[in-house]
Amino acid sequence: MDEPRIVIVGAGPAGVRAAEVLVAAGLRPVVVDENQRAGGQVYRQPPAGFVRSKKQLYGFESAKADALHRTFNKLRSYINYLPETLVWNCDGRQLDLLGRGQHQSLPYSHLMLCTGAIDRVLPFPGWLLPGVYTLGAAQVALKAQGCVIGSRIVLAGSGPLLYLLAYQYAKAGADIAAVLDTSSFSSKLQATFDLLKQPLAFAKGLYFLAWLRCHGVKVVEGVEKIAVKGEQKVETISWHKDGREQTLECDAVASGFGLRSETQLADLAGCAFEFSQLNQQWLPQRDQAGRSSVEGVYLAGDGGGIAGADAAELAGRRAALALLEDLGQTIDAGESRRLDRALQRIQGFRRGLERAFPTPVEWARECADEEIICRCEEITAGELRHAVDHAGTVEMNRLKALTRVGMGRCQGRVCSAAAAEILACSTGKSLAEIGRLRGQPPIKPMPVAAGAAASLIRETS
Amino acid sequence: MTLFTRIAETQREPVSFSLDGRSATALAGDTVLTAVLTQADSLRLSEFSGKPRAGFCLIGACQDCWMRTEDGQPLRACSTEIQAGMRLLTAVSGARNG
Repeated sequence: MDEPRIVIVGAGPAGVRAAEVLVAAGLRPVVVDENQRAGGQVYRQPPAGFVRSKKQLYGFESAKADALHRTFNKLRSYINYLPETLVWNCDGRQLDLLGRGQHQSLPYSHLMLCTGAIDRVLPFPGWLLPGVYTLGAAQVALKAQGCVIGSRIVLAGSGPLLYLLAYQYAKAGADIAAVLDTSSFSSKLQATFDLLKQPLAFAKGLYFLAWLRCHGVKVVEGVEKIAVKGEQKVETISWHKDGREQTLECDAVASGFGLRSETQLADLAGCAFEFSQLNQQWLPQRDQAGRSSVEGVYLAGDGGGIAGADAAELAGRRAALALLEDLGQTIDAGESRRLDRALQRIQGFRRGLERAFPTPVEWARECADEEIICRCEEITAGELRHAVDHAGTVEMNRLKALTRVGMGRCQGRVCSAAAAEILACSTGKSLAEIGRLRGQPPIKPMPVAAGAAASLIRETS
Repeated sequence: MTLFTRIAETQREPVSFSLDGRSATALAGDTVLTAVLTQADSLRLSEFSGKPRAGFCLIGACQDCWMRTEDGQPLRACSTEIQAGMRLLTAVSGARNG
């Protein structure tokens, strides 16, 4: 049998742990990562020359971050590592890469997709103004650049990242004018049973909230109708609470409603998808170990369904064991059972998080026609609704063809969750019924010159 | 006017670049986005509405921060490190590629 050609996409917690297991089994995977340094988003490392300690950068998670970075550094001479490299296509057991201006094609026999996630975004009036960022963006600014996104900042949305970021920002000395949570206290209370499946994580969440209250940070739960105003940048934010409108001056807003998996490469690799009620997103099918529907293609970490960094490390290990098993190697059955059990416990916690921080159900109905849904091409909710009312659109790709939503530079990463909510609400159908946007290469924009060179290489080879 | 505020890591080496024709200073290890938004309010103008934009996700996913150099090169500000001598423009639509 030929040597397996194993490619891992992503050097976050899942990708690094998968590589570790494969190297321990005597294999030499290729690890492709878009970032400059390993760690993914959660354990993102600042550029060389930055001096804050890991404790300062990663807080409670600093030991895990440090362990992951150390593991990766030890692996470096046993893997082929391609940092700052975009995988922009996957076609017929071959990846197309663009790294540091160089194009290359990379054939694989086995592909481990550890592509991570981005913030789930729900548009609100003023969300295109300079000064409005995702929660993840605000965190990256602090962690990787030593900056905060403004001098008086409001955090708005839902999900655990809202409170973690508020704590990190306030602790670093930022002025947090308010934390606006669209979920209510009672939804969190109802979720306590599931949340207690990860008592340490639950305790950390309570600690962040208590810390914020102790330090006088304004926290408002059960917020509705968030709106940002300003001429050239953010000047005020307003919201409704118990039917009353309130307004605060601020110059920056970070917003997010949980996370969404990055699934474009799984789509191009031919993986079958199914609608996940828990994630409220179409996700590549996978078995408990991380095998996709396509032989030799595996999924691990948040890219295959949101479960967080601890689960990503476990899932990376588990999927690598599955890969070894599929290569005919004998694996430690006790180890794989232990990983499966740990992953199941985290899934229970994750269900609790969804109950505690539900996506606002009224959003699509209340979103005004003039609200811009697509940042790339400034397509409004009204244009999407028009396509439903006048063209009878009931499916996402049809909506895309008629309105161009999801066709811009971000390929629907930012807008597709909101566009799907609008389409489902307007047609009276469920998110599962309206389908999902098909992935298209290149999955991210690249300079035309590089693309032209790529096609030339293919034609002449 | 600025958007971003530095609150740590300020002891790095200075890097000189040009922003809209004026000389400016960033710090080694800054992304282009950080370099620009610590001294300006936006990165580019939307090619649809003409309104200013300043990036959104900072992890190379949303593609909202493509800006232009004086010689027309597009670059994604959140994932490109500032280099000495870069000549950046904010008052143009930086989004189209190629």
